[in-house]
Amino acid sequence: MATTTVARGPAKPGARAKRKAPFPVEFYRSALGKKYVMAITGIMLIGFVIAHMVGNLKMYLGPEEFNHYGEFLRELLVPILPRTVALWLLRIGLIAAFVLHIHAAYSLTRINHAARTVKYQSKRDYIAANWASRTMRYTGVIFGIFLVWHLFDLTFTGTNYHYVRGMPYENVANSLSRVPVALLYIVGNLALGVHLFHGTWSLFQSLGWSNPRFNAWRRNIAVAIAAIVVIGNVSFPIAVLAGAVHT
Amino acid sequence: MKEINVTLKVWRQDGPNAAGHFDTIPAPGIKDEMSFLEMLDLVNERLIADGKDAIVFDHDCREGICGTCSLMIDGQAHGPQKGTATCQLHMRKFADGDEIVIEPWRATAFPIVKDLMVDRAAFDRIIEAGGFITAETGGAPDANITPIPKTVADAAMDAAACIGCGACVAACPNSAAQLFTSAKVSHLNLLPQGQAERYKRVEAMVDTMEELFGSCTNHGECEEACPKSISIDFIALMNSEYLKSKFKNRKRLSQHD
Amino acid sequence: MELNSKIPEGPVAEKWTKYKFDHKLVNPANRRKYDVIVVGTGLAGASAAATLGEQGYNVKAFTFHDSPRRAHSIAAQGGINAAKNYKDDGDSVWRLFYDTVKGGDFRSREANVYRLAEVSVNIIDQMTAQGVPFAREYGGLLDNRSFGGAQVARTFYARGQTGQQLLLGAYQQLARQIGLGNVELYNRTELVDVVVVDGRAAGIVVRDLLTGEVSSHSAHAVVLATGGYSNVFFLSTNAMACNVTAAWRAHRKGAAFANPCYTQIHPTCIPQSDDFQSKLTLMSESLRNDGRIWVPKDTNDTRSPDQIPEADRDYYLERRYPSFGNLAPRDIASRAALVEVASGHGVGPLKNGVYLDFSEAIGRLGEKVIEERYGNLFEMYERITDESPYKVPMRIYPAPHYTMGGLWVDYELMTTVPGLYAAGEANFSDHGANRLGASALMQGLADGYFVLPNTIANYLAPKLGEAVVPTDHPEFQAAEAAARDRYAGYLAIDGTRSPDSFHMELGKIMLEHCGMERTKESLTTALELIPPLHEEFKRDLRVTGSGSSTNQTLEKAGRVDDFFELAQLMCLDALTREESCGGHFRAEHQYPDGEAMRDDDHFAHVAAWEWTGDASNPTRHVEPLEFNDVHLAVRSYK
Repeated sequence: MATTTVARGPAKPGARAKRKAPFPVEFYRSALGKKYVMAITGIMLIGFVIAHMVGNLKMYLGPEEFNHYGEFLRELLVPILPRTVALWLLRIGLIAAFVLHIHAAYSLTRINHAARTVKYQSKRDYIAANWASRTMRYTGVIFGIFLVWHLFDLTFTGTNYHYVRGMPYENVANSLSRVPVALLYIVGNLALGVHLFHGTWSLFQSLGWSNPRFNAWRRNIAVAIAAIVVIGNVSFPIAVLAGAVHT
Repeated sequence: MKEINVTLKVWRQDGPNAAGHFDTIPAPGIKDEMSFLEMLDLVNERLIADGKDAIVFDHDCREGICGTCSLMIDGQAHGPQKGTATCQLHMRKFADGDEIVIEPWRATAFPIVKDLMVDRAAFDRIIEAGGFITAETGGAPDANITPIPKTVADAAMDAAACIGCGACVAACPNSAAQLFTSAKVSHLNLLPQGQAERYKRVEAMVDTMEELFGSCTNHGECEEACPKSISIDFIALMNSEYLKSKFKNRKRLSQHD
Repeated sequence: MELNSKIPEGPVAEKWTKYKFDHKLVNPANRRKYDVIVVGTGLAGASAAATLGEQGYNVKAFTFHDSPRRAHSIAAQGGINAAKNYKDDGDSVWRLFYDTVKGGDFRSREANVYRLAEVSVNIIDQMTAQGVPFAREYGGLLDNRSFGGAQVARTFYARGQTGQQLLLGAYQQLARQIGLGNVELYNRTELVDVVVVDGRAAGIVVRDLLTGEVSSHSAHAVVLATGGYSNVFFLSTNAMACNVTAAWRAHRKGAAFANPCYTQIHPTCIPQSDDFQSKLTLMSESLRNDGRIWVPKDTNDTRSPDQIPEADRDYYLERRYPSFGNLAPRDIASRAALVEVASGHGVGPLKNGVYLDFSEAIGRLGEKVIEERYGNLFEMYERITDESPYKVPMRIYPAPHYTMGGLWVDYELMTTVPGLYAAGEANFSDHGANRLGASALMQGLADGYFVLPNTIANYLAPKLGEAVVPTDHPEFQAAEAAARDRYAGYLAIDGTRSPDSFHMELGKIMLEHCGMERTKESLTTALELIPPLHEEFKRDLRVTGSGSSTNQTLEKAGRVDDFFELAQLMCLDALTREESCGGHFRAEHQYPDGEAMRDDDHFAHVAAWEWTGDASNPTRHVEPLEFNDVHLAVRSYK
């Protein structure tokens, strides 16, 4: 038979799945399932990023307001839950979302590389695929590295400045007053903005949210979210450098 | 009618496992009313006259409907004209002195057969897995027994317009076959006749597709490359159908498991 | 050679029912003991292979394409006829039967045509159940349009892509059978010979187009659904790969070839623009529903069409055929265009077209309605010609399109070789001397879905327990060796001319001398020109490359070789048919007003040709046609 691909024969749908697994796991095994997970964890992460940005705007109200906001987070849902428990639950959810988001991205990237082992030997001329959509894995990785650094910088240990646990306002002002650090924050957030620009639009497709009534808005929503997050977050290092936020 | 001179940079490859390379072939005296494939015919006639092997490329109906022709022309599937298959692309879209780069579709699931010809049997596998409505010959009820709203019939027809050329896969940075698969899933799942196998169909087709192709990251490049301009809205529809296939209680919905 | 049409007894309306009751059956449990080969996967082939697979036979399907979905049935645009009478405008099975016999200029078999009309209604039901998205009214019911040669609206359509949607429907059924393992598909595999053992079809010899390997396949029955031979004209509306090889090889092995001179020239194609052109593009006949055909009255009129006032236009179809007007049947519309162009009224840079004008319809219905009906056709036209039919009238001209002739088959679609069947355009059976628009899809699906699966059982039933002829049988071995020699031979000639250059020259001879209008003189000339050209082909062909990997030049050489022999048969058939009927117009036989003059006394028959080993000297056999239910009359569309 003149065919060079997969042997023909009775089609065996789902032959790839090895063992019967609980249905969410089975769903996640498919690439489409991974896209759903990407989209849902993406929504969680977008929610966090926006809340994080909005919370940080308190910086402009002064140290007391800002530090009080930090304390509020630790007091969240007290007395239903003991102090910091709600915050930890949120953190665990967030970490899980990150891990899944990264694992799904990693697996899909591997699938996609295997799907075209020999690349085009001439220059591609893309029409719809934009710079953001084709650099998701790079903007994701850049932001991920930045995030780790950011956690060490302001949450765990501080990075070579006078770090005081429980004094976030002072820590931010001290850290970001260093020009290279401020630049790093700007770069990290620009990468995040580019990532959100495609990611937010993309999640509508992945989740099957397509409807002529709101389709025209999907791109606008993505632009708005990316813009708000970038403008808010980039304003902090600039404000610190400009002297509007200082110890 | 105008004549132009172009230079072709054509991918030549002897067989599936051979190494390939670009051949530079001058193509002078091309009339601008020629179709792209007529230009290749002429180049082939000249190659034969020189005692050389003709360039192998897939083509048949030359009316943009059979989906046999392919070709990556200057980095775009089916070349620069939107909504147009290579066979309907005309040389008036090119200018005198242009260098035109022609490559085959590239995807692991579409191995190169020779030169510019690839094997797209992977698409057939997807259809064989579930791209049909089980309605064996005989015993069909009267065609007018189920009224189908015009909007639904039109949407199904929009999806069914797919010619199976593979441009979506070729154009996709991930070699994903989402547009092809979703077009067939949507065509059949939108229609009342397709309801009985609705979930089984999307599950089987997506699973087969994923064994062979990459995954969709919503670049939208496929829609731009599609000679029938099939919308990526169908991909969204397939995604939601697939989710339902995993979560709905099919027995209670009387839909095949 | 005996031509037994095996038409069942009884009134025409009961023949098929009676046949279905009388024929022998194969028990469902025994069907897997039979092997059936289906060559070609267009409408007829795919539907036959799928249905036989569903019924339980072991089916092997062959296509030279990469996928069954590529077959040229896909390019049919306008629609498919069926006697559903959903419009209640007076349609019935009987009227479809009558229209088809009359449309075929009384040169088809009544019994076959009636059966076609009868199963037409089942086709629409079947295809709808399979998910073909036929056009619908707002209320959700199926829509119909009217088509040439009929005064009722009985054509079902799916935008301008009806053929595509029907083929994909049949392809999907076939794909399902392939997935289930009931049908084994051999793609990129071309038939190169038919093997006959003890007077019965034993199998086929094929060539793998990717490796050049020649191999044999045996079966209890072989179905050829390999399409028509319009590509003998080089420029036609057929796809590039369409060819006569399968039918011709069967003919050389004993299958009679019937009415090869009945070729249809389609009236609405885009005129040729130059010699480089590789094929002609059809613009659906449905355009004639809203477009008006005209030429300037003055042969020297150089004004642009919108500048020519009504008074200076000649709407020649409306003038000559007031009741059918622009919807006159294809042969009549084509010849009328030929007359206009020949008399110097042609339009366009080469004065080789006529106008098909939508301005009146756009004015009446609005651009949006026209776009909905013909949008994709207008787009295609604009891509090819760089002119928008919304703004300027289309230019159209007739082009070779469909071949009514083909392998002679009896009522069971069996050729003169027992066990060898021909279906769809490959056979000659239902359209007589002219096919009506939207009837090719109907016939392909009727043959494949409803006729063959019944008739083939009648042949297979008595062969229960018989083994197929093994492929190491000397007949297979000899055919394989001949096929290998044949392809090695093309490579060995090492002459100077490509297969295409020969094909183009042959096509020009055929179009000029055996095209829309034929004379004794032109046909004699053609018969003098073709054999030397074929000799030159054998002497001076150049095929580059090798025979052991994909070589499209070599494939083409084999196809052109067979076209040469067919071309002679077409001319001989046209020469011996001393009358004008349908697509066969002999200039010597016409009424003073230019209409075709049939000779029912001498030519109300099918001419079936037997291969004698000499392409220039075949034997002519005759199957008389009887008309009991439709009265022979001069076909008038006035």
